Amino acid sequence: MCILIFAETWNGKLKKSSFEAVSYGKHLADKLGLTTKTIIFSDSTENFDLLGLYGSNEIIKYDSINLESIEANKLASIICANAKNKQAKHIIISNTSRGKSICSKIAFDFEASLITNIVSLPKNHNPIVVKCKAFSSKAFSFYESKHEKSILTLLPNSIGCEPNETQFTLIEGDVNIETPSTELKILREEKNSNEISLTDAERVVSAGRGLKGPENWKMIEELAGLINGGTACSKPVSDMGWRPHSEHVGQTGIAINPDLYIAIGISGAIQHLAGVSNSKKIVVINTDPDAPFFKSADYGVVGDAFEVVPKMIEEIKKIQDS
Amino acid sequence: MEIVVCISVVPDTTSKINFAENNTKFDENGVTFIINPFDEFCLTKAIFIKEQYGANITVLNVGSSKNDPVLRKALAIGADKAVRIESNDLEGFAVSKHLSKYIKENNFDLIFCGKESIDYNGGKVPGFIAAILNIPLANGCVGMTINGDNITIENEIDNGIQICESKKPIVIAGQKGLVEEKELKIPSMRGIMMARSKPLDIIKTEECFENRIELKEFELPKEKSECKMIDSENINELITLLRNEAKVL
Repeated sequence: MCILIFAETWNGKLKKSSFEAVSYGKHLADKLGLTTKTIIFSDSTENFDLLGLYGSNEIIKYDSINLESIEANKLASIICANAKNKQAKHIIISNTSRGKSICSKIAFDFEASLITNIVSLPKNHNPIVVKCKAFSSKAFSFYESKHEKSILTLLPNSIGCEPNETQFTLIEGDVNIETPSTELKILREEKNSNEISLTDAERVVSAGRGLKGPENWKMIEELAGLINGGTACSKPVSDMGWRPHSEHVGQTGIAINPDLYIAIGISGAIQHLAGVSNSKKIVVINTDPDAPFFKSADYGVVGDAFEVVPKMIEEIKKIQDS
Repeated sequence: MEIVVCISVVPDTTSKINFAENNTKFDENGVTFIINPFDEFCLTKAIFIKEQYGANITVLNVGSSKNDPVLRKALAIGADKAVRIESNDLEGFAVSKHLSKYIKENNFDLIFCGKESIDYNGGKVPGFIAAILNIPLANGCVGMTINGDNITIENEIDNGIQICESKKPIVIAGQKGLVEEKELKIPSMRGIMMARSKPLDIIKTEECFENRIELKEFELPKEKSECKMIDSENINELITLLRNEAKVL
């Protein structure tokens, strides 16, 4: 038996959330006296040896399959076939868009329990008890698996990763796997222009109506670029078409939990908080000292975004130059 | 065309969340229940499809009679028929089994559900229905058009969208984008009157599906410590704090 981990790549590189998944799998494997096997789909070898650093005993590598062009049901079948083959006890997957599209299918075909949105290391290992996000981050729930096998999906950037250097063996993935007939035909993909995917970003700079118009986003992008962060926006901003929907964070948008969330000109309605309150540190910049967001912030500045943001850019540049 | 929209009944987005019975139950005291916002986008999309191509829209729910006012609202918005499967099952897999059984028996062309519910946030049901019925899944769907037998769908992926094609039947796990927020239908007076005479069928089931996971307890997040206010003239102090105290820069 083993712990099977699906390590996702993006633009050919392993995502940070994949290292978190491997690290989580290793923790669980050690507690249960099992080994870890990690499955990856990538023709590049750029950083996959890092999987060993975080505790993978075996890497099952599919060189010929491009993760970006593989359909979800087909991907689920390949992971499931490996799980059966390797007698997986638990399967660890990141709770990314792709992870969410495959986890139910794998749980069904593998006849395992499924627990999603996990935010910390297991509270108990046998049976598994885990803590999960609930009520759109307004609470947490603890679930116990009543099943011998389980699929566990981890909320990215919640648990972190512990280095645990492990000698690994590399094997080629078996491609002779029966794939389902229930596939969507992928026509094409359209990627957002931003470099960093919002759900993966460790730092996010977000702005709201206080910015007065889409033409004022240059400084938001500049600040985000300087700190290697993603850009996001509030719901009204995406509803007015100032920014794409894909940047809308909140209850009906994307939920994120970066290390640093900088909210500029966003009042902090409860629906917005539902998407961002799991951020580790929150900075709020608002002209209104009574903006509700200050109650949920770690650091606050009462001031005009058009004065404060350029100063932030200037200060960060000073540090980076020195 | 036969369309089913699976509806989850959830606490209003502004609800304060509290728990009862030693943190094992959600405290419903003073809470207003609504259609899960993600399901609402789906329902409006179904109505647009009906207006354009003609269709019957069924809204489907698993739960108790407490949910009936919300199902009536869905009828007032424009669904033709509501069906509630009487069950206390809350776990995603068991709920999906109930839903799939009804969906299978009634041959739907399009199966809509929100990508997740805003209460338990599991996001498992659409994928389970697709797996149980062995049909494709459009997860995190932000756009959909019908061209004869083919359906073109736009699914959200991390940092972009994927454009796909599928045949019917298909499970569409929708969200904002499928329709815009401002397009969301609200019940009209006429709709509310008409809803009274539309069928709301209740299916009593003896079937009890295996719960593969068990909810042990809830926990509320820790209170945030006081917000440190920084003078807008001292932005260097903010940057220093973020670097040295918070260690996030």
